[in-house]
Amino acid sequence: MDIIVNGLSKLYGAQKALDAISFHVKTGEIVGFLGPNGAGKTTAMKIITCYLAANSGEVKVGDYSVKDSPQEVKRHIGYLPEHNPLYLDMPVMDYLEFSALLQGVEKNRVKERIREMIKKCGLNVEKHKKIGELSKGYRQRVGLAQAMIHDPAVLILDEPTTGLDPNQIVEIRKLIKELGKEKTVILSTHILPEVEATCDRILIISKGKIVADGTSDTLRKKSQGQEVLKVKIEEGNKMDILQALQQLETVALADAVAGAENVFEIQSKGNWSSKRNVFKLCVERNWILTEAIPYETKLEDIFRDLTI
Amino acid sequence: MRQIIIIAKRELQAFFDSLVAYIMLAAFLGFSGFFTWLYGADVFLRNQADLQTFFGIAYWTLFFFIPALTMKMLAEEKKTGTIELLFTKAITDWQIVFGKFLACLALVFIALLFTVPYYLTVWKLGPVDHGAVFCGYLGLIMMSATYISIGIFASSVTNNQIVAFLFSLFAGMFFHILFDVLARSFTGGLAETLSYLSVSSHYDSISRGVIDSKDIIYFLSVIFMALFLSEVSLAKRNLQS
Repeated sequence: MDIIVNGLSKLYGAQKALDAISFHVKTGEIVGFLGPNGAGKTTAMKIITCYLAANSGEVKVGDYSVKDSPQEVKRHIGYLPEHNPLYLDMPVMDYLEFSALLQGVEKNRVKERIREMIKKCGLNVEKHKKIGELSKGYRQRVGLAQAMIHDPAVLILDEPTTGLDPNQIVEIRKLIKELGKEKTVILSTHILPEVEATCDRILIISKGKIVADGTSDTLRKKSQGQEVLKVKIEEGNKMDILQALQQLETVALADAVAGAENVFEIQSKGNWSSKRNVFKLCVERNWILTEAIPYETKLEDIFRDLTI
Repeated sequence: MRQIIIIAKRELQAFFDSLVAYIMLAAFLGFSGFFTWLYGADVFLRNQADLQTFFGIAYWTLFFFIPALTMKMLAEEKKTGTIELLFTKAITDWQIVFGKFLACLALVFIALLFTVPYYLTVWKLGPVDHGAVFCGYLGLIMMSATYISIGIFASSVTNNQIVAFLFSLFAGMFFHILFDVLARSFTGGLAETLSYLSVSSHYDSISRGVIDSKDIIYFLSVIFMALFLSEVSLAKRNLQS
């Protein structure tokens, strides 16, 4: 089920939480909302899940509009809200049954769905406890289980991995990736490696606007102008090496790194790579290349560039 | 309808899980039993096979107990954020409000069921006017439903349970006695209006054994109004701009 968001705006008083954002999420895509605190990620999710109404703009989930047929939209969405609110005085099993029935799962299928969710989310040991007695990680799993209990075509997860330990994070990511094969998933996070690990596409939101949209590779390519290489060349005179490097035709700028023996930073001309030339040069002069590290633009840098 | 029942069932379950139901049942039966059978103008003193004493006591005990039942209904959900879960499920705001209303009403109904032995005992003691007893129960249920809907409205405007409790008690006080008292100090149309607004006048006429459509319409319209306002106050989240 596709999600089409068109010119969505939301005002909180005079503050613009969302400023005419538009995007399209296709079936089977996992999209990560990335953005600093207060960027509008949660607001966008709340509007898609029919919790809040937008001031203007349109959201369509499949063929259903959020404004005209919210009940149909909600039936097809599984939602894990921020902070994962739960009925703490309810046992896990009862709570899942309650969620399943509310979402219109047929009575004879409820048991089967609960069993499946408990298995998928690893809740078997804790299933008879009250939710209030569970640790944060297990509560998060209950939250995920209730979101998926009716087998929705769309999953909207607001910071799904907060509070989980590293093992659980890996498990939940795996689960999300698996689900994402057939479902449409939107998740929000401000943990950058998380989007890289799980999402097919990244939307960076800042101050209510979408500032970047693409896979992590395309985003990286976009912000990365020139190749930057750090090399260590031994058995040669520092000045000679530096001079030779500067004369290579693909090199824009070469510089010795201060404080290190024979370590150089080489910036190539736009769209060129100097790796081969550096290697050839070393072979010609009998220098020994012991290190060559390409500088990768990290998602962190892109994020900082775009949101500050 | 199915969704309303699911919500009502969960809320009723929550009452019994959290001791609220047991305390309420014990206190209600304790108070009403004590005053009906043992103390003051009890059945034996009146020397009449009727339940008028019980209805008079229950009229007050329910008035105080109901806000304690309704106060957490929406206020707690708003405070803990679980209301967001409900709002994003495939149900309408009205189903949420009405489901919670039904849960409270069901608990009051259970409490009243436990007083059926009073009726059977009185029946054993002498000739009882079955119609009057039926009307008395009907009046109690109507009155309870009215205060429950007011309580749910009070719970929908705040996320603090104590505020919800006091607000519903305060609002209930007007319907319970103040409109009646005020009506007596005015004359003419104003007095009539105030008297019509008072729950006590309608309750009295029903529990006396007269089922008048005027009274039923009064109760139903207050219930409907209060529940409608609760729904509006929940929908208010979308009018913040």
